[in-house]
Formats: sequence, C-alpha cells, structure tokens
Amino acid sequence: MKKIYDEAAQALEGLLFDGMTIAAGGFGLCGIPETLIAAIRDSGVRDLTFISNNAGVDDFGLGLLLQTRQVRKMISSYVGENKEFERQYLSGELELEFNPQGTLAERIRAGGAGIAGFYTRTGIGTIVADGKEEKLFNGERYILETGLVADLAIVKAWRGDGRGNLVYRKTARNFNPMVATCGRVTVAEVEELVPTGTLEPDHIHSAGIFVQRLILSSQNEKRIEKRIIRKAA
Amino acid sequence: MPWDRNAMAARASLELRDGFYVNLGIGIPTLVADNVPAGMDVTLQSENGMLGLGPYPTEAEVDADVINAGKETITELPGTSYVSSADSFGMIRGGHMDLSVLGAMEVAENGDIANWMIPGKMVKGMGGAMDLVAGVKKIIVLMDHVSRDGSAKFRKACTLPLTGSNVVDMIITDLAVFSREGRTGPFCLIERAPGVEPAHVRAATEAHYEE
Repeated sequence: MKKIYDEAAQALEGLLFDGMTIAAGGFGLCGIPETLIAAIRDSGVRDLTFISNNAGVDDFGLGLLLQTRQVRKMISSYVGENKEFERQYLSGELELEFNPQGTLAERIRAGGAGIAGFYTRTGIGTIVADGKEEKLFNGERYILETGLVADLAIVKAWRGDGRGNLVYRKTARNFNPMVATCGRVTVAEVEELVPTGTLEPDHIHSAGIFVQRLILSSQNEKRIEKRIIRKAA
Repeated sequence: MPWDRNAMAARASLELRDGFYVNLGIGIPTLVADNVPAGMDVTLQSENGMLGLGPYPTEAEVDADVINAGKETITELPGTSYVSSADSFGMIRGGHMDLSVLGAMEVAENGDIANWMIPGKMVKGMGGAMDLVAGVKKIIVLMDHVSRDGSAKFRKACTLPLTGSNVVDMIITDLAVFSREGRTGPFCLIERAPGVEPAHVRAATEAHYEE
C-alpha cells in the first residue's frame, strides 16, 4: 500500500468535510504539523472541532485556522497565547472544552487504544468533575473520563519511512504519538523521509499501522515561542 | 523585611531532597532551579515530556525541539529522557513525582488551591496544574501573601474555581511559611521572614492556622 504522497493537499484529498473533528499533535508551537495545517486552511473546510493541547498563536499553528474562522470548537488544556482566540471565544463565535492536560493526553491515548473510558483523580472537587460519574477505588475518589476519536489525525514527526513508521525528536514528541493513534485516518508530515529499513526497528515511536498517509513536510519553520538565552558564565 | 522572589525560591529549595524528581511551575517556582544545593541530585521534569532539564541554552545551543512547559528554550543534560505527553502525565498522575512547586491565586485552610481561572476574565486553561496537584506526592505553593489589591490569598475557603481540593502541603509567601502533615490537620506557621512579626502575618491572613 502506497502511503507516501507528494504534497499535503493530495494527502488530505477525500478526507476533509465540514463539521469534522481533527486531532493535531504538538505542544505550543513545538511539534505541530505546520504543512498540514496550512493545507487544511487552504482547503476551506469549515466548522471544525480541533482536539489539540493548544491553539497556536495569532499568526501560526492552529491560529491560522482561527483567523479564517474555520474552527467551531477547541478541545484543549491551555489557550493562553492567542488574542484572536480570546476575541472569538468572548464573542461566542468559538466553543471551548477545557481538559486537564494529562486527562487530554490519556483521553486521546484511550480513544486510539479502544478504551471507552477511564477513571482518574485529576479534577476531583473541581468544575472538571461536574456531570461526570464518580467512583471510589481503595477509598479514593475518581471521575470517569472518556476516550477521544477523531475523523482525522495530523502529526509531525522528525523521520518517517514508506511503511508509515515514525520517530519524533526530543520535546517535539509530546502529544504526537497518541494523536497518531486516535484518527480514523492519520496523516503524518515528516522532516526527513528515509528509505524503509533504515529506521532502527527498536527505536520507532509510532508503528506504521497507525499512519495511513505520509508527506515530506514543506514547512519546517519550527517557530520558537519563548527564546530564552543563558547569560554567559 | 519580607522575602523577595529569590528568597522565596531559596526557601522552597530547602524542601528538596537528594534523588527527588521535581516539577516546577511557571513564574517564581522556576527560580527554585537556581537554588538546588550543590552536590544534591535533583531531577527536574517538564510535563511536555522531558525528564532531566538543564539550564537555558546559549545562542548556539538553541533547539526549537527542546522546550519546557512554559514554552521556553531549554537544554538537556547527560541522562535526560524524552517521553510522550501520556507517559509524562503517567509520571505525574501515577505518583512517581516527589515534589511540585506551583504558584496560586488562592489557597484555603483545608488545602484547596485555585490557580487557573478567574470567572468573567479570559480563561486560559488549567494546562497540567490539575494533574500535578492530583498526583504529585508533595505540593508546595509559592505565592505573594496578599493580592495586588491587598486582600488575603490564604483564605478560609477559595472564592475562585478550584484546581484541586485538599492537595496543598506547604505555603511559602513573602511573609511566612505554613506547613501541614498528611493533609489532615491544620496548617502551622513554621517560619517568618526576617523582621516580620506574628501579628503582621495574622493581619494579612484570612485562614485559620496554628502558631
């Protein structure tokens, strides 16, 4: 099965529809699928629900899709770096569902692993627990959280091969491995496309079964949000 | 004289122990990293998936793929490991982390903490704070004793939406240190900043505490 596509628009062909749910990897602007986000913007698809830890910044990452009003709802843990997000949310144009970050990661992992729900202590006694089933285990209170599945998952990896095997790099891994599992279809963009057989099988982070389509990313700006430099000793 | 930010961070660093795995929140807690006692083996964790944080990079060391949870550039150390967000929160939620130092808007006398949301203002999100307070063995709050308008931040009950309920073990402010054992009894005032009188602390605190 051919998984490698020449460009992002081709790799997304037939997968996009208005009202769909898309899960995207990345933490802040680190490890975000820049090329695929731009292609989704260019496709004009609308009323999107995004499962993503963050919402990008005004002019980069998922912020691009907010500018064009293609996003209806975000499922995130932190959206504090985005003024356009704030404006749309406060004016009621944008829905928002906050999840604790670990709960979000686990919901995505669970969805991809066929787990319908799990119990966690995170959020007990807070508004996150409102309306959720609570259960005692060994005398401790837990709440039920559900798995998340997306119509499409988009991830960014460092290296990938024609089988769809992926290796991420350093903290750019973050949500990407779980996101890769939670899509009915998963499209990956990689900084380096390597010949099948060159990735060390023991060191693959996402096995090819989770990735249906793959492109060499054409955008690798990898913008840094907070560039902090150590003073010379 | 009340403690300044650095003195508060230095006081928090006295709670570090050899071998500890520690998560530091954004803001004043970050300064604790500069106060790890020489020779003590403390591993800093960042919830975006890094265990073993080094110092900020030099210009030449900057790597867009190496950031901390505050989205700041950072460096790795010999022995650093990278994990996914799910595994990172497995460390946190699973009780493997020894200590988390966090900021707060309010702490209540029963150990409740509020540090993520002010209703009516823009809500940025809780990020990893709810997971940290739910899963890390010891929670230290570093905060100013009173808010900018002068109202007490250590209160009988939190007025803001909670981050966690009965999860705080120690509070370090610019005026004093409060501690409790086992999350059962009341907080005790165990230390005051130099020259800060007990009556000053009392007047600036709404919560009940033992002296």
